[in-house]
Amino acid sequence: MSHIKLDKDSIERETTTLNLGPTHPATHGVFQNILELDGERIVGADTTIGYIHRAFEKIAEHRAYYQITPLTDRLNYCSSPINNMGWHTTVEKLFGIQTSKRVDYLRVIIMELARISDHLICNSILGVDTGAYSGFLYLMQERENIYEIYEEICGARLTTNMGRVGGFERDINPIAIRKIREFLKRYPKTLSEFEKLFNRNRIFMDRTIDVGKISAESALNYGFTGPNLRACGVDYDVRVMEPYSSYQDFDFSIPVGSNGDAYDRFMVRNREMWESLKIIGQALENLPEGSYQADVPEFVLPPKEEVYNDMEALIYHFKIIMGEVDVPKGEVYHSVEGANGELGFYLVSDGGRTPFRLHFRRPCFIYYQAYPEIIKGSLISDAIVTLSGLNVIAGELDA
Amino acid sequence: MPHTILSDKMNRLNNTEILEKLKSKFGTEILFSEEPFGLLTIYIEKQIIKDMLQYLYQETHLGFQFLTDLCGIHDPSQVNAELGVVYHLQNMRTNTRIRIKSFTALSNPKFPTVTDIFKTANWMERETYDFFGIIFEGHPNLKRILNMDDMVDFPLRKEFPLEDQTRLDKDDKMFGR
Repeated sequence: MSHIKLDKDSIERETTTLNLGPTHPATHGVFQNILELDGERIVGADTTIGYIHRAFEKIAEHRAYYQITPLTDRLNYCSSPINNMGWHTTVEKLFGIQTSKRVDYLRVIIMELARISDHLICNSILGVDTGAYSGFLYLMQERENIYEIYEEICGARLTTNMGRVGGFERDINPIAIRKIREFLKRYPKTLSEFEKLFNRNRIFMDRTIDVGKISAESALNYGFTGPNLRACGVDYDVRVMEPYSSYQDFDFSIPVGSNGDAYDRFMVRNREMWESLKIIGQALENLPEGSYQADVPEFVLPPKEEVYNDMEALIYHFKIIMGEVDVPKGEVYHSVEGANGELGFYLVSDGGRTPFRLHFRRPCFIYYQAYPEIIKGSLISDAIVTLSGLNVIAGELDA
Repeated sequence: MPHTILSDKMNRLNNTEILEKLKSKFGTEILFSEEPFGLLTIYIEKQIIKDMLQYLYQETHLGFQFLTDLCGIHDPSQVNAELGVVYHLQNMRTNTRIRIKSFTALSNPKFPTVTDIFKTANWMERETYDFFGIIFEGHPNLKRILNMDDMVDFPLRKEFPLEDQTRLDKDDKMFGR
């Protein structure tokens, strides 16, 4: 962008260019915002992204289906299990795999934990950016607890690579169940404490109300989904509109805002965490018995004893590891409600061992393009609050 | 709190009715249609993309006002129709989705832009240009978005190698595409 000449009513002659990013602590990720400033007011903005572009769509065209799960981890790394399960349900849709209720409920529990961990990061970081550091410290401990649950289920913490096509690699263990129960007991207290610090806090309200505002019409035209769209008053949620993984079995509501500003986004995310807790509680109470894997020998590794003693099991083991399973032809679009919005997978298969084309619909990438328009006319400090309120994750932005 | 959209599953638009409507409007320019996994997919000539999307947007009984996704696809096996653009549209009110596909020859990779209907198409079209070299005519700011500006190739085209092809330690003859 180039300097813009200013009118006589400004004390400046022309605008100042400020680079917010690529490595600025307030961007919480690697992307650049070039701001044209009249004093402290933004008159123009442009964004540069792609600093951590890793060509996942190209890599995916050269990887067997089970090897794509680790790629999805690195999209929105604050809630990687949702991406993993979104990919698994996409492949299941293509293969026509029916998963058991136990698998569905376990997935729901994990996805909602991931949603909580994503929202709590976003909301507490918004606190940090408005000058309230303590809320962040209170909630960070809970994220650690969620990561410990992940660790108990799959062994990893951040990039989880959790589950397999058709279910899980192993059943959930009693320690994980105990940790989830403890979390369900403890988290409401922490969250209420956090809400008491923020929700009616005068300073926080002054910093966020009417900041980064977008109307529902504009948000829809810009392709907003998820909490950012719901903050504008549109109750669109993939979990309800097109239930996957047995979401229709649970009783929960979709919080919506009305103003579409940073404060409403914050409130919607907070309310969503309460709803997620409700869902986890229901899923845990009604967790059905049964297999933790669907009956898909193309994807589920046979037990080790059988591999050593049984010819057929050995063949399947080899086929799965080398990614030589038979894939049906077809094209499928499947979406899940990611923490930031509709996370879609458009998969085209030509019958080869790898996808012919795989496109990720990344909610961050789509709504971040509205950012220059949203911040035009606001102050630099408001631009930073808007950025944290939108929850832009660089990994998802760049794919 | 206000509810702008009252979703009603029973209200979902019927695929055959949508197709009939579009066929009576556009006739032979709709080449082919199918319904993989229940999602109505229409193959159309690229000249009518803009008219069709505008019609789907405005017509009261259709109302596909949300562009969910836009992406490119490259299939070298389709001679003279190698490059394609795939649009996923959505009517949130009735919870209906539709997919529109259009293909063109690699020698003439031009498509009309839909940025004046959907603002969200701006970056999606830039991404498609960046990776497939598809030129969206009328786009306000068609430049690379994720790759560096001085790149000359279009990396998601099938002929573009994933890794450095001079390496001898990587043998993909047995396993791998």
